Amino acid sequence: MMSGAVPARSGAHGPLRVAVVDYGAGNLVSIDQALTFVGAAVRLATVPDDLAGVDALVVPGVGAAAPAMDRLTRSGLVDPIRRWIATGRPYLGICLGLQLLFEGSDEDGAETLGVLPGRTVLLANAPTLPHIGWNQVIRRRDHALFAGIPDAADLYFVHSYAGAPTGLAGEAAILAETDHGDRFVSAIDRGNVLGVQFHPERSGGAGMRLLGNFVRWATALSAGAGAERSPVGAGGTAGGD
Amino acid sequence: MLRRRVIPCLDVANGRVVKGTRFVDLVDEGDPAELAARYADEGADELVFLDITAAPEDRATLLDVVERTARRAFIPLTVGGGVGSVDAMRAVLRAGADRVSLNTSAVADPALIARCAARFGRQAVVVSIDARRILDELGTAPRWEVLVRGGRDVTGLDAVAWAVRAAELGAGELLVTSIDRDGTQSGFDTALLRAISDRVDVPVIASGGAAGPDDFVRAVVDGGADAVLAASVFHRRLHAIADVKAAMAAAGLPIRATSGVAA
Repeated sequence: MMSGAVPARSGAHGPLRVAVVDYGAGNLVSIDQALTFVGAAVRLATVPDDLAGVDALVVPGVGAAAPAMDRLTRSGLVDPIRRWIATGRPYLGICLGLQLLFEGSDEDGAETLGVLPGRTVLLANAPTLPHIGWNQVIRRRDHALFAGIPDAADLYFVHSYAGAPTGLAGEAAILAETDHGDRFVSAIDRGNVLGVQFHPERSGGAGMRLLGNFVRWATALSAGAGAERSPVGAGGTAGGD
Repeated sequence: MLRRRVIPCLDVANGRVVKGTRFVDLVDEGDPAELAARYADEGADELVFLDITAAPEDRATLLDVVERTARRAFIPLTVGGGVGSVDAMRAVLRAGADRVSLNTSAVADPALIARCAARFGRQAVVVSIDARRILDELGTAPRWEVLVRGGRDVTGLDAVAWAVRAAELGAGELLVTSIDRDGTQSGFDTALLRAISDRVDVPVIASGGAAGPDDFVRAVVDGGADAVLAASVFHRRLHAIADVKAAMAAAGLPIRATSGVAA
């Protein structure tokens, strides 16, 4: 129903080929439309073979972790996603796609990918739940993902849980935070892995700018990668500031 | 800080945006995708798309129109009308909705709210409540009853009790429309909004009766609404979204700055 064939890439100069993982968790039209708008060639990935020949991986999604992990497991995508991350290739998790990077979720006890230390927890002391609407994303440090976007810009959220990184490595991954009741982590970066709790594909001009930044960052990362990619856990800030 | 949202509403019949008064006397207001793009440009924080003839006509939501609209707006889209099952909700989400609103089908089968929330998360489930004030006897507190099928059928349900139940069952947001005020430009029913917002923790969207920018302020301040929705006022350019937001900002309410970033 959505974007069809991905154009064959000639050399390294075609558009960035992005696979959007389709595991039945919500709206893919908007992420497809938004990534296409910022110049990516989008393919929906439902089986591991769909990741062949792709430059960057985007895992979107809303909802609970357990059904999402179930569907990823049934599609055989859990190990390919872990390998993708471990081999240093560009990854962007959006909302649930960020939460799945942590070790587990308090929402339903699901065990998740375990790429980042910490768990997904309920927003604490929130005046309303779910947290729905535009809220400020306050940066801890600069990153290419936020180039040209003012600090504390409003971006669109729709969730009740958020990943809470732990330990020094977790703390170091925090890129931005947001206040709704207690302050929570709204963006992370760790080498080749980026994650945002808000929905850039639904965040108007600022969101489009962020996705365009992701495409540029991922293009640079894939071009510079070759034999010497900087995998997650190597402590790197590949493609970072 | 979380912003108060301003939401233009697209009531869609036969693929066209229409608007009536108290749910009847419909007038054509334009193409949904065109209006969606216009409102996104003008600073709308979100859009609501209601296929208002789906439930009365016992048919599914117009998915092609939903997808065409979703592709024109890079802001959130809630879609309602004719969604009666988990599968139907899945189809609407896949067509490009971020959230889905349940109304008639949720009243007929309240457990549908819980099933949809379990499958897609409660943040994806909006319950729409069309409420009509019951003539008060002197000295009694006001009460409202729930109507379904586009305001055609009376249910006997108390609107506040139904709101509380819907939130308990898993609704992540309530869209509360005053039928008495709908299309009349006589102001939101802030007593109805307050009666509901005091009883639930989920966000409440105020709908029905918007006229001037001050009405939007009152829906938030007096009614306790988290978001304010309007149709005629914006379709007919009686007030710009920017004017509404300026009034909200002047009243000290947090709003999204839209002089934002070009893509």
